[in-house]
Amino acid sequence: MIPIEQYRTTAENQWCPGCPNFGIQTALKRALGSLNLAPHQVCLVSGIGQAAKTPHYIAAHVFNGLHGRAIPAAIGIQIANPDLKTIVTSGDGCIFGEGGNHLLHAFRRNPDITVIVHDNQIYALTKGQGSPTTRRGEKTRMQFDGVAIDPSQMLATAIVHDCTFVARGYAGDLEGLTELLKRAIEHRGFSLIDVIQPCITWGNHPVAWYKERATPIPTDHDPTHRDRAIALALEAPDSFPIGVLYEKPAREVFGETYRQKVGDGPIFKLPPLAPSIIQSRLKAMQIHPAPRVGA
Amino acid sequence: MKDRSIFIVGSAGEGIQTVGDVVARALLRSGVSVFTSKEYESRIRGGNSSYRIRASGPNAPRHDADVILALNSTAAAHYQDTASSNCLVLGELSPGGEGIRVPFQALAKEQFSSLLYANSIAAGCLGAVLGISQELLADTLCERFSRLTEEVLRLNVDALALGYKHVLPSLDASSTIVLDSSSSAHSFISVHDAIALAAVAAGCRFMAAYPMSPATGIMTTFAKDPELGVFVEQAEDEIAAINMSLAASAAGARAMTATSGGGFALMTEGISLAGMTETPLVVVVAQRPGPATGLPTRTAQEDLNFAIHGGHGEFPRAVLAPSDPKDAIDAIYRAFDWAERFQTPVLVLSDQFLADSHFSVMDISIPQTPVPSGLADPSESGAYQRYALTEDGISPRLALGQSEHLVRIDSDEHTEEGHITEDLEFVRPAMVEKRLEKMRRLKREIPPPDDYRTDDAETVLISWGSSRGAVVEAVDRLRGMGQRVGSLHFTTVWPLPQLSLPAEVKYWTIEGNATGQFARLLQAEGDIQLVGKIERYDGMPIDAASILAELAGDHSEVDA
Ligand SMILES: Cc1ncc(C[n+]2csc(CCOP(=O)(O)OP(=O)(O)O)c2C)c(N)n1
Ligand SMILES: [Mg+2]
Repeated sequence: MIPIEQYRTTAENQWCPGCPNFGIQTALKRALGSLNLAPHQVCLVSGIGQAAKTPHYIAAHVFNGLHGRAIPAAIGIQIANPDLKTIVTSGDGCIFGEGGNHLLHAFRRNPDITVIVHDNQIYALTKGQGSPTTRRGEKTRMQFDGVAIDPSQMLATAIVHDCTFVARGYAGDLEGLTELLKRAIEHRGFSLIDVIQPCITWGNHPVAWYKERATPIPTDHDPTHRDRAIALALEAPDSFPIGVLYEKPAREVFGETYRQKVGDGPIFKLPPLAPSIIQSRLKAMQIHPAPRVGA
Repeated sequence: MKDRSIFIVGSAGEGIQTVGDVVARALLRSGVSVFTSKEYESRIRGGNSSYRIRASGPNAPRHDADVILALNSTAAAHYQDTASSNCLVLGELSPGGEGIRVPFQALAKEQFSSLLYANSIAAGCLGAVLGISQELLADTLCERFSRLTEEVLRLNVDALALGYKHVLPSLDASSTIVLDSSSSAHSFISVHDAIALAAVAAGCRFMAAYPMSPATGIMTTFAKDPELGVFVEQAEDEIAAINMSLAASAAGARAMTATSGGGFALMTEGISLAGMTETPLVVVVAQRPGPATGLPTRTAQEDLNFAIHGGHGEFPRAVLAPSDPKDAIDAIYRAFDWAERFQTPVLVLSDQFLADSHFSVMDISIPQTPVPSGLADPSESGAYQRYALTEDGISPRLALGQSEHLVRIDSDEHTEEGHITEDLEFVRPAMVEKRLEKMRRLKREIPPPDDYRTDDAETVLISWGSSRGAVVEAVDRLRGMGQRVGSLHFTTVWPLPQLSLPAEVKYWTIEGNATGQFARLLQAEGDIQLVGKIERYDGMPIDAASILAELAGDHSEVDA
């Protein structure tokens, strides 16, 4: 158990006072602490947005890349150094919108990373445009007559793709979220956790609206049951069943085959390739004149 | 020199590659140096395509043929304009076409009850014309197709013998071709083979890429040869490809990616990210004619400006454009070295012509040791700051997860620690200066261009990238005619070295685009007066003959 003070950083916080991002941040620190993951054993990866600033506020290795690109970056890091716990923490716009294609293919690859989506159903940093999860009809600073298209259903999509761990959390439930994050981080393979987060600046609903709708998944839910998991996922955006929707162990993890060949540990620590391998390839391209030259 | 150009023509999927490969290898085994190139349509079946062998000539393209072997009559008609005077045409002839008619398909059907043997008959015919011994030809075929069953191989050798014997009586002294040969071994290698092997030798261990002609061969080389130890992934798009590769590099794995212009368009955000995060990354851009999808299987040198400028903001980068396999090995080592030491993206420009051509080269070698690691020793750091301000702009680089020192990599403008900043007074200007100081230092390492026969030259032809072979050949031919011509070749095209060029010389630029991109660059970066520009943009590689024609055209104008 590592005390959460050890994850403090000196960066100046840029969130709105009272933002539920603070709750997610605290839950993540607690989860890391109780998993005994020291700052140098963790790499936090994000794109761009208010949520994507999280890595600056938690002591760990940080890759704060481009808007939408957190997942491919995290995959590159995980392959290069599997000793790191690689965790993406970014917004709904970043992961579901700009980076949607990467998420779809991450389900297929099953990399050993965790993706935490700070799902405030808004583009907060750019001042309140609709995000892929904004409910149809809700007015925003861009969709003045209300969003005219349906929200995406990424958790259901994740389950359809057999994503190996799919959960929904609520930013206002510190205890529950900490536990969910621990399970997601400990899960071997790709874990996706969508954290419902009221936006106190641009959002259309008070916190109480969310609290009412963020209810625990019934205890008799079997997370290996795909159809039921999909049905639970599809309850959003009218209600947000909280907990693990779907879990599927024992699928090959991305990069496993490569590791069987080259061994464990960071790639930069692997012994250099034997020069004879290159020389033999070069030699195979050499053509020697035959002893008996043609007519 | 008995420089001979041999075209094997047919439609896609018909087997010109098989015939060409067997004959080219057999020539090499007879001690004849060959240069092969391919020219084809963007389709899987049909159309017209050619496999070109230049025997005992320079490693440069020729667009006219001394021998045409046609696998079908449509191709024979399509390529008949490429025939040089005295060209020998054989195989399926075009209606009314002259030459030695050999009905490959009919013979195959008649003698072997299968069309599959037509290519071996064709290889036999061509081998006989080129004076390759039948035994050597058969031996080369067996080596090339060692995976076939003994029975099938035997039938192919019989088919080859049939072709050989079929054509012999039609040959006389004037139609048999005698080629120069030597006893030295040659490596038969393409620029993309060289790039892939050199990258691995330089220490590359990670590549994510998205297939796009003509770059795909590089990732395929890694994929089919797991012993090379490269983690290779086919990404969902070029954006993912560059972000995966870049982040792997940030975590300490030496990484590269490769694409063509259209894919590079998607990658530019990643190039900028590598500049801002100061992450080493090597990106190969294999050019083809654009804009947009352009001509997927043809060649061009159109993406020079794009490679130099692609990516928002201002940051250091280098762009290298190798011209042949040896140059490519050198360029790849340089690229990884600069990327490591200056912690920035380095681009390597190739093109379809280089990707699909095989060069005969002697004494090719790849260094035995990788490029030294640019990673710092964590035990030497006190409080670690990824972007510590230093005199040379280069901060000690630790990888993510390398030690207990926390590494913060940030795409925002950042403090020395790697946190987001909006300090416009001190931090922002200091970080801009830091990045640009690396560019100034990189520029000092740029080697001068390679000069060739410039000593007493009155005219100097300036080339970059893949056009070197044609330009050198043009220089030699002009010298042969008594003209004082030399050439200057640039493999590093960005940044350019400090140039001091004699003013009294007539300079021409020669490049594969329509707007003289390199010419403009030279004029913007240095004091140079050009008398003319030779530009080719029809999708075919520049050849010496067209350079000579353009120069002659100019001279007659001057004379008039
Ligand atoms: C390529 C690119 N496009 C657009 C932007 C502008 N942008 C920054 S953050 C953002 C949306 C943020 O929304 P979300 O990911 O949900 O994060 P939040 O601010 O809501 O936490 C956008 C559109 C950008 N930085 N980069
Ligand atoms: Mg958001």
